[in-house]
Amino acid sequence: MNLLGYFRSQRKQTAKVAKERLQILVARERAGTRGGGPDYLPALQEELLDVIRKYVEVDRDAVQIQIEKEGDYDILELNITLPESSQK
Amino acid sequence: MARIVVVTSGKGGVGKTTTSAALGTGLAKAGHRTAVVDFDVGLRNLDLIMGCERRVVYDFVNVINEEATLNQALIKDKRVEGLYILAASQTRDKDALTDAGVARVMEELGRDFDYIVCDSPAGIERGAMMAMYHADEAIVVTNPEVSSVRDSDRVLGILSSKSRRAEEGREPVREHLLLTRYSADRVKQGDMLSVEDVKEILGIELLGVIPESKAVLNASNAGVPVILEEDTDAGQAYQDAVARFLGEDRPHRFLEIQKKGLFGRLFGS
Repeated sequence: MNLLGYFRSQRKQTAKVAKERLQILVARERAGTRGGGPDYLPALQEELLDVIRKYVEVDRDAVQIQIEKEGDYDILELNITLPESSQK
Repeated sequence: MARIVVVTSGKGGVGKTTTSAALGTGLAKAGHRTAVVDFDVGLRNLDLIMGCERRVVYDFVNVINEEATLNQALIKDKRVEGLYILAASQTRDKDALTDAGVARVMEELGRDFDYIVCDSPAGIERGAMMAMYHADEAIVVTNPEVSSVRDSDRVLGILSSKSRRAEEGREPVREHLLLTRYSADRVKQGDMLSVEDVKEILGIELLGVIPESKAVLNASNAGVPVILEEDTDAGQAYQDAVARFLGEDRPHRFLEIQKKGLFGRLFGS
């Protein structure tokens, strides 16, 4: 590795960090606002999280709520990811 | 009926007015009768960017309040045939843009023009919502920078839920990404989000990439839409974007580093 390459590799590739932060943020914000989801979704998500935490220790990201429209129906999609250690 | 195009971004200072001026001018140059409407009530700037600030007599709010007719308020561009500007007013009354008033002006303009370009103010307050509401197409102006990308995503959410098309259950607003102030050099260094990164995050079709360019400030200093500066990089990038908007297939230029240093020229690939 030449001298220039050495200095470059030391420097952090900030664009990568930016992309990762944005992907997480945008996914979370979309779950709350896109598709005309009702205003109570974030509160519902918090309460579900509290209930789940009574039994298993999970991250904030463990509960994902999405509303999807299909024809005349609204479908509430609830995704709960349990940590591996909770499965016996 | 005219196609209504909103130029929006959420975040301020990313190039909405520059883009509105360029798009309006480009569409008119391509032979389409075009009106560019400034929705930034209280902070009008489109007139300045298009170089007609001394010719504003009546504005958008005057027309809404029926103090002037649309024909009295529309300013005819002196450079390009078929291009008209409707200035925003300098009033501080935020509620000046009424739902019914804006709808009536859009309808009246629609009878006479092929395209109506709505220059949205920053933010998601009333003026911005009104600019987005009637849109058939949206150009989301984004800088390759975290806060701008996040705000663009918010704006996309609003377009898909709060626009007239969404409310009436019609075909959704067609969304286009315009990436501005792009520096291929910094992308290569890894300090700037790339076109691909932003496309992947926002998930909408890419209309164009406008490179960071001195030409933009020079053009605004002179009150000339930058698209008319045909020998500049930004001017050409806007020409490409407008051509694509009109359905032409053009390759994306300015994604590679333009200038090579002496070393690069001697030894570069």
